[in-house]
Amino acid sequence: MRRQLPIIIVFVSGAFMAIQYFIPHDAGVFFYEYGLDWIIVIGIFAMLLGIWSLFKVQLDKVVKRSPGWGYSVVALGGLFFMLIGGPLWGIEEGTPFMQVFWYIYTPIQATMFSLLAFYIASAAYRAFRARTVLATILLLTAMVIMLRLIPLGPISGSNQKLATWILMVPSMAANRAILIGIGLGIVATCLKIILGIERAYMGHD
Amino acid sequence: MHLTPDIGIWIGGLLTLGIFSFLYGDNPYYKFCEALFIGVSAGHWFVTLFWTVFVAKMIRNVEIGLNTFITQGFSAGMADYMHWSYIFGGILGFLMLLRLFPKIGWISRWSLAFVVGTTSGYYFITYLVSNGLRQIQRTILPLYVHGDFYTTIGNLIIIVGTFCGLTYFFFSKEHKGTFGGLARLGIWFLMITFGASFGYTVMSRMSLLIGRMDYIFGTWLGMLG
Repeated sequence: MRRQLPIIIVFVSGAFMAIQYFIPHDAGVFFYEYGLDWIIVIGIFAMLLGIWSLFKVQLDKVVKRSPGWGYSVVALGGLFFMLIGGPLWGIEEGTPFMQVFWYIYTPIQATMFSLLAFYIASAAYRAFRARTVLATILLLTAMVIMLRLIPLGPISGSNQKLATWILMVPSMAANRAILIGIGLGIVATCLKIILGIERAYMGHD
Repeated sequence: MHLTPDIGIWIGGLLTLGIFSFLYGDNPYYKFCEALFIGVSAGHWFVTLFWTVFVAKMIRNVEIGLNTFITQGFSAGMADYMHWSYIFGGILGFLMLLRLFPKIGWISRWSLAFVVGTTSGYYFITYLVSNGLRQIQRTILPLYVHGDFYTTIGNLIIIVGTFCGLTYFFFSKEHKGTFGGLARLGIWFLMITFGASFGYTVMSRMSLLIGRMDYIFGTWLGMLG
């Protein structure tokens, strides 16, 4: 029951999901449509587990007065405000729930992502020291792509054509190799999971 | 300079500065913003998904099934009864919560197994088609296009580039001799792709940074026109 039943469930659900693609039958269509929806529903419960875990970790820090416990109070405050505020005021535009989203969540998230611009500058300095042929290729391609949207006077048109050609021909070729590699890797992993060879998802007893 | 009277913009501006303060080094101001973000984002996504997915999909469908049964009894069509099937998803989801009780936590593997199995079956086919067969199909191009020199050269480069790129990713044979040469050529193509991706990433992050600067100096401090 503990280890055999999950393997059977994985095999049956996985094999059925794969086979339904080749056999157009109502049962297959039903499992395809509803099965994917059930996964989304399960995901909500899994998210509840995540929220519980976050709550427990932060609460433990506060109770034990661990270093930085004040930040855990802030995290818990934000969490409870949203968890209580959502059902209380609703999630429509203009409610305090959405105001927190627009005035707290969005600025922080956008700024966190924009921080990478500074780090990418130092990474670019290291990567773009054209000491090898490969680094030079990387540098030239990146330059052409970056300058694509910038007005460069008479060479704008040529640069745009070159950028489009790079994206449509040599970059596309390597992208295909990467995509085929990823695809084969995922297909092999899925097969291993369905056949019960790969069981890491079950964890340990 | 026209400072905005909007308190929300002020909060957003101060939080933006808090995150930017990380450039100086890890500090309490940044940590405060980070902790706030963790709590708010977890709460926001849970509540949003609860209403837009759990209520909209599961509760709504079970409600439809119930109404159908009340109004039509057993005379309704099979498709109308399928709405009940969401209860199965709900039960599997509930089993997931049993992970919180160590003695019966192993039961949660059943729902996890369903998710893993169904997703594996789904990805097995979709990736085989989209990443495998379709990419190979699009690489099988004519080696000579009459009267179109550029397309001929482009097709040749795509075929050679894809083949050499795949050769580079083939690690079961040592990269030596002709095979090694093809793999090295593959790296050249890969570098072009990485350069293009890097260029795109820089552009997108710069665009975000400009957006934040516009928020601070324009929306908040009113210094931009």
